[in-house]
Formats: sequence, structure tokens, C-alpha cells
Amino acid sequence: MKKLQKKDYIKMYSYMLKIRRFEERAAQLYGMGKIGGFCHLYIGQEAVVVGILMTIDKNDSVVTTYRDHGHMIARGLDPKRIMAELTGREDGYSAGKGGSMHMFSKQNNFYGGHGIVGAQVPIGTGIAFTHKYNGEKNICRTYIGDGAMNNGQVFEAFNLAALWKLPVLYIIENNKYGMGTSVDRAAAGLDLYKRGEAFGIPGEKVDGMNVFSVIEAADKAGKYVREGNGPYIIEVQTYRYRGHSMSDPAKYRTKEELDNYKETDPIEIVKSEILKKKIASNDEIEKINKDTVEEIKNAAEFATNSPFPKENELYTDVYL
Amino acid sequence: MSTEILMPALSPTMTEGNLSKWLIKKGDTVKAGDLIAEIETDKATMEVEAVDEGVVLDLLFKEGEANIPVNKAIAIIGDPNEKVEVKKEAPEEKVIEENKIEKTTEKKVEIKKNDKIDKQSAKLEEDKNLSSEEITMRQALRDTMAEEMRKDKKVFLLGEEVAEYQGAYKVTQGLLEEFGKKRVLDTPISEHGFTGLAVGAAFKGLRPILEFMTFNFSMQAIDQIINSAAKTLYMSGGQINCPIVFRGPNGAAAQVAAQHSQDFSSWYSQVPGLKVIAPSTPYNAKGLLRSAILDPNPVIFLENEILYGLKGPVNNDVNFSIPIGKANIEKEGKDLTIVTYSIMLQKSKEAALKLKDEYNLDVEIIDLQTLRPLDTEKVINSVKKTNRLITVEESWPFGSVGSEIANIVQRDAFDYLDSPILKVNSADVPMPYSSSLEKLYLPQVDDIINAAKKVSYIN
Repeated sequence: MKKLQKKDYIKMYSYMLKIRRFEERAAQLYGMGKIGGFCHLYIGQEAVVVGILMTIDKNDSVVTTYRDHGHMIARGLDPKRIMAELTGREDGYSAGKGGSMHMFSKQNNFYGGHGIVGAQVPIGTGIAFTHKYNGEKNICRTYIGDGAMNNGQVFEAFNLAALWKLPVLYIIENNKYGMGTSVDRAAAGLDLYKRGEAFGIPGEKVDGMNVFSVIEAADKAGKYVREGNGPYIIEVQTYRYRGHSMSDPAKYRTKEELDNYKETDPIEIVKSEILKKKIASNDEIEKINKDTVEEIKNAAEFATNSPFPKENELYTDVYL
Repeated sequence: MSTEILMPALSPTMTEGNLSKWLIKKGDTVKAGDLIAEIETDKATMEVEAVDEGVVLDLLFKEGEANIPVNKAIAIIGDPNEKVEVKKEAPEEKVIEENKIEKTTEKKVEIKKNDKIDKQSAKLEEDKNLSSEEITMRQALRDTMAEEMRKDKKVFLLGEEVAEYQGAYKVTQGLLEEFGKKRVLDTPISEHGFTGLAVGAAFKGLRPILEFMTFNFSMQAIDQIINSAAKTLYMSGGQINCPIVFRGPNGAAAQVAAQHSQDFSSWYSQVPGLKVIAPSTPYNAKGLLRSAILDPNPVIFLENEILYGLKGPVNNDVNFSIPIGKANIEKEGKDLTIVTYSIMLQKSKEAALKLKDEYNLDVEIIDLQTLRPLDTEKVINSVKKTNRLITVEESWPFGSVGSEIANIVQRDAFDYLDSPILKVNSADVPMPYSSSLEKLYLPQVDDIINAAKKVSYIN
């Protein structure tokens, strides 16, 4: 496993906290009517993307689903501009034309943010195709929700990736529910990581509430893919604390279930590890907390003060 | 009793074949199931079996003879002791309906070659670099892909049967040999998956040419075409473009029925973010395909299977291109405008000839070439001159490209119109199988003539 240094612990804690605070603030702005449409929060799932982040090369590509705010933050993108996209303003990453579900940063090899369940899987496979075609050593990390694992194009992509030995790492974020339908009511066969077996794609299941487990699995899988062995599947068992989207009261699950997961809160796990290993003091942690709140507050202020797009922007970016 | 062995139709669109090789000789005894010849068709070289038994009395064509029409007698078998009169021509009544349709196509090709109409077709006639040799649309498409692949390593081709099989319609012949399997990829029958993959590759900077075996199968992949390829530039605030060409045959072939005979021109033309092209000749196929490959946006390139064999001169300059969004005035006229595209250009030209001969109507024909963006200016200017308009297209009538043209013309040239605009479309039903019903379904020359008479108030 990758050897973690002190600064890595701090980095993980900071990023996970930043995602959590960002999402809480987004929920608040949504309630105020500053953010519209669909808005899917990442709270509870922070260890997944941050764990993967720790093993990533900056020239690797990433493509994900519509639950993408946390992914962008983990990619090092500016929370101000992410939030400005959520408020539909001209400083947003998509100039206010994409919104919560459709954000991109080509410069940072972040290829979205896709609103159609499953559609990002062949796309990520095609980005991996390009890495191979160009003779690059990079890989494409393609995130998949558990809901998409019953979608036909996902299996078409698995077949192509295995057939052409493409450098793609599939990461299934299994948060137990596809909207309001639990996995056991949607999937015949609950081990989603085994769904590449027929194509000869290895897979494994990992605890997604614990960032250290995610790092270990991602490190191993990333090496396998980067060495030219073809695709690999990691199924990360995680949980979203909030509903599917802002308008979902999540009545389909019990309070006990939620509380149970909160006891293994991914951020708390990192924090206690930091304190235990004496990487940082309580005061230092407290400073990170305060700075993060401040940064996100500024992001919200920036996003609500950024101008709405100019009228002529309606007709730009249709064709290059 | 002797029997003629006829040139068989080995594909729905085959009109003639080449006799590559005889596997029998005069005097041989053959029985049903024996291989008798190798025939090269528009799609492949195939072996032909005997159906009847007897002694080979005569071989009517030599090895290597080309362009032998379907249903022409190629050999005689029978009892050697019986005296037979060898008929060299196949009896007319044996020609099945399907081939009548094919013959119409041939006739159109002849018109293209010989007729005075062509002398007025603007760009082609003005072109000083026309090849002396005529090539097929199939070859024009192939050559253009090869030329662009030679220039830019980012251009690659994928699709079903494009590599080892050499293309289901032979359009990609020889490309695997020249460019290798890294750049010419056979895909599984998996349109949704490989289309999404190609879109992802285009996002990342490659320039895929994706062949749909026919556009009917693009419906399996239409989410990736519209939601991913067409919209991502907009959704990313201009960051991520998608330089990809989706090409393949569109519309009716011959008797392949409802699921394999659909025209998608208006489906794709409705989508902002896509460009849509429908070539009608080898000349414009070449110029337009090059523009499509070089374009930084997703382009839908609607070919037509029946036109693959159409021959014509081309411009062989490897940089020759025809701009996207420009219609071609195929023939100038003053009495009436026909706006058309793809295969219906040929039928419109045929109708224009008859309208001149029989009713002294001087028809202007506009070949749209690009369906999105539409060259509305050429259409409006033409209507201002002729004051009458009909649109001719193979697609279903509801919400067709012709519907949009009718809307634009009534909005921008209302005062110039001397009669209502009429649309000529296919029937508003799924495509039937039977050749007789298929003919009724498709717009025919007489339908165009009737529409032209109506807008000209000729009874």
C-alpha cells in the first residue's frame, strides 16, 4: 500500500471536510432559492473520492455521475466557481449553462458531471481508449452509481474495455439506493463488483466509509490498470446521509439505519487517526475547521454575487 | 428441356454483377448444389450454386466480364441430346419488381451522365479540377476517409464490420490494410457502448469516424449522440467539444422493410449542437465528408445505400471541400422551385425533365446538401424568383425538413408566393416489405410531377 505521509493525512482531512461544508452550504442556498433544479449532495461519501484522489496522477482523467460537487473539490477545483455554477452565474465552471449535474474542467482532466444514469461509463471508457491510443501511461477513473449497474450500456462498455484492454478503473459508489429504490430491490445479485467477471474483469469490494481501505484498494487497482492489464472494478460500500436529491425526504429508510452509518463517519475516522498518531493537535484541527468554514462562506458569497450570464450567452457554445 | 442460369441478385440493392470465375466448363454435368461460378457483387464476391441438374451446354459470358445485369442468362444447362434454341436475353416477364426499382436507379444514373440538366449544375460544372474518370459514391467516401487519415493520426474509424469484412457495404474497403487495426476497429454489435466510447474519445481529443451499419441502429445509441455529443460543448461553457462524424446509410434500401428503412434526416436536424449533411453525388460526398471530418463539432453524415453505386466525376485534390451549410443550385429555372436532398435529387431531376417536355415548366432544383444549418438564403432567393415551391424528401411527412422549409418560406417570402407550398414525402406509415407497397410508400417521379402541376395550377 501507498505510504502515507503526515501531509497526506492533513490533505485528506481538509478535503473531506471541505466537501462536507460545501454540501451543507449548498443545501442552505438551495433552501433559500439561490440554487435551482436538481442538486445531489455527497455528504457521507467523502472518503470515496478523497481516497481515490490520494492515488491519482494529475494527468489521469476522471469522469463521474451527476453527484459531482465532491469530485470537483477533490480534483482541486475552486469551490467558488463550483458554487457559482450551482447558482447559475457567469463565473461558474460551465458559465452557468451546466448547473449542478453538468460541470467540467478540461484543464484538470475532469470530464463531468453527467446527468444521464450510465452514460458516463462508455464515455470514460472512450477517454481511456484515447490514453492508450496516444501511448500515454495514464488511466481514466470512471465512477458509477449502484443504480447504473443495471443499465445496459455499462455492460457494453465493460465488454469493450476488456476486449481492447483499455486503461480504465471503474469505481462503483454503492450508496445503497438508486434514488428511492434500495439495491436489493433493483439488482439481482448484490455483489456488484462481480459483474465484470463474465468479461474477465477483476473486481473487489471495499469499505467506503474508511478512507484508508479505499486508498489501499485504489492503489492496487490503479497499478493493475496502469500496467496495461485492462480494466478493474472496485465496489465501494458507502452511504449518503441526505436524500437522493434536495427534494427527497428519504422516507424509504429508517432513522436507525442512518444513525448507524453516522457512527462510522468517514471524517471522524480520519480525525481520530490524526490525533492518535499525533500528526496534528486539537488546536491545529480546529484551525482547519475554522478556515474551511470561512473558505466555503466566501465561496457562497462569491456565488451569490457573481452576475447572471449575459443574454447573448444563450446562443454561444452551441458550435465551436 | 434446357434451363437458363440467370445472374442472381445476391443483395437487396444489387443491379448487376461481375463474373469473376467459372467453376464449370462446357460439357460438365452439374447437379443441384454444385458450385458453378464466383460472382462479384456490390458488396462482396460470392459463390453461386446450381439449382437444376443437367449438362452444361453453353457459357454465355467469359470470365472477367463485368456489369452483367441481374436476371440475364449466364449459362445454359440441359440434355445434350436435345436440340435447344439458345435465347441470349432473359424474358422481360421474369424481371421481378425489385429489379424494376433498381432499373429506375440505373436510369437516373444515365440521366446524370448524359443530360443537359447537368450542364447547369453550378459547382461541379465550374470545377476546373474534375477527374476525367468517374468513380462511385462508395469510392468517393472511402478515398476521402483515407486521405484524411493519412493527414491526421487522430482520425480513426470504428464500427461494425468496417475492418476485416471491408465494410458491410464495402465503403471502408482497404482501410484496415493501409492503416492497421489500431486505427480501423471492428466493434461488437453494441451501438450504445461503442458510440459512447467514441464520444469519450472525441472529448479527449481524437477525431473518430463512426460508421453505423445503417442509421436505423443509431437509435440504440441516440442518447449518446444527443445528450452527450451534441450538448456537452454548451453544458461545459465551451470547454469540451466533440469532433466526431457519425456516418452510414440512411433511409430505404430495397425491400428491407420497416425496421431497416427509416429516414432520420429530420430527427437529427432538430438538434442544436449537431450538424447534418446529406450528400447526393460522388462529387459532393467527397467535398462534404472532408468538411465533416475537419469540423470540430459532431456531424451526422446521412448516406444512401442505393446511391453507393452512383458514378460521377470528383475533384481529386486532397484538400477539396464543400462548406457545410451551403446548398447547391443543381439546375436553374424560372417557373418553380424544388428543394430536395440525398436520393430524391435524382428523382427531382427526372421529374424536371418531364415537366419541361410535357408542360414547358422551367424548374429550379436546389440540392440542400446540408440540412443543419440550412441554407435558407438560397431557398428564399429562389422562391422570390419562381414564386412557387415544392419540397421533395424521402422522410415521413410529419415535422420533416420540408415542414421547416415551408415555415421559413411562408415567414420570409410570404408575399412572393403565388400558390401554397406543397411537400412530397413518403407515406405516413411504417415501410412495408412487399415491393409493390414499397414503391407506393416512396415518393415517385409522378408524385413530384403532380405536386409541380398543382402549384402551377395545371390540371
